[in-house]
Amino acid sequence: MKTTREIIIERALQEIEDGMYVNLGIGIPTLIANAIPDDMHVMLQSENGLLGIGPYPLDHEVDADEINAGKETVTAQSGASYFDSAESFAMIRGGHIDLAILGGMEVDQNGDLANWMIPGKMVKGMGGAMDLVNGAKRVVIIMEHVNKHGESKVKQACTLPLTGRAVVNRLITDRAVFDFTPDGMVLIETLNGHTVEDVKQVTEARFTVSPELERVTVGE
Amino acid sequence: MKQGKVYGSFAEATADIFDGATLVVGGFGLCGIPEKSITALQEKGVKDLTVVSNNCGVDDFGLGLLLQTRQIKKMISSYVGENKTFEQQYLSGEIEVDLVPQGTLAERIRAGGAGIPGFYTPTGVGTPIAEGKEQKEFDGKTYLLEEGIVGDFAIVKAWKADRLGNLVFRKTSRNFNPIVATAGKVTIVEVEELVEVGELDPNEIHTPAVYVQRIVVGTDYEKRIERRTVREA
Repeated sequence: MKTTREIIIERALQEIEDGMYVNLGIGIPTLIANAIPDDMHVMLQSENGLLGIGPYPLDHEVDADEINAGKETVTAQSGASYFDSAESFAMIRGGHIDLAILGGMEVDQNGDLANWMIPGKMVKGMGGAMDLVNGAKRVVIIMEHVNKHGESKVKQACTLPLTGRAVVNRLITDRAVFDFTPDGMVLIETLNGHTVEDVKQVTEARFTVSPELERVTVGE
Repeated sequence: MKQGKVYGSFAEATADIFDGATLVVGGFGLCGIPEKSITALQEKGVKDLTVVSNNCGVDDFGLGLLLQTRQIKKMISSYVGENKTFEQQYLSGEIEVDLVPQGTLAERIRAGGAGIPGFYTPTGVGTPIAEGKEQKEFDGKTYLLEEGIVGDFAIVKAWKADRLGNLVFRKTSRNFNPIVATAGKVTIVEVEELVEVGELDPNEIHTPAVYVQRIVVGTDYEKRIERRTVREA
């Protein structure tokens, strides 16, 4: 049986297309990099100043001057470039990055995202997340559908301080995929054997079901 | 002994950094941080510092050293995780923190160094970051006014410098350093290697000498790694 993490990564991988410039957030999104097939050419951007992240180094290749935004030692792939932090965010904010895949704490039906602080607990900071959600051409959020108490993280309105308002294009959880459209939030896929009914039960947000999905479900 | 811009010691290069000064400091995590200058500041004991830097080191390295000795009054950063001393001082109210989105922080430093007092950015609209800030619409989209930053001192780590202060950075240790170099009333650069004028190819200079007032050569760089990740051969 697949773990929730594996289900999310496998589905998120489908968002990445050959030739894209992509920023993967810290944590689970970073793991997507390892799943990208070798024959697909993708330039991964790291906001500390590297376009073209390569694999982790071999033991003898480790270089303290070459890290990713998660502070992990990495390598640079062929065709990579280094640049300063202002240039890095010019790339991000200026709409030159095709896709950002980031983690989330809460997403709501308006496409609002919260992923940087929990009031009353430690505040670590937003890093580059607020710039990425406003600047990348497409923003995909990946997260577990419910928290450890079984409560929906897919909200009618986020309860945590926002990272960005109406910034999410697509949400991928371990149970479903939603799109945020001018007509509202739409369920476009269910994952891992969950039915539309299952998803409705664990989702606080109000959403519609895409006609294509209705057809598939009825056909089963 | 000082020769032109080149100082003989870190103590000499940081001698006039005063209590209450604002320092803009290069580095991302522990990568490309001016580790020798930070140690000199710790030894000097200068206090009530406002430090503008993307991160605040770890408990026992980088800017975390100045937290341990309670020399920092205020941090302006985008991410301050990985540091328990920081967490304790923040929760007890000993240290003030201004969290700034990373791209906004970079642009504020760039703008400050470039003589731009403020700029509009979409980052942070509709979030707690926007509170109290002027907002303006351009083409139907809302932007926030953010202000440039200039420090009393900028502290930079470069790979190589020539004696005039032309700088070259190495790999991702470049990060905030080139923009930080532009954003100090006085810019102090520590380097691994000092070369003669003419040895650096003008095509490959990242920071032109005009931004740099002081150069010090560091030795025995620790370059600590925060997360050592490797693949199997």
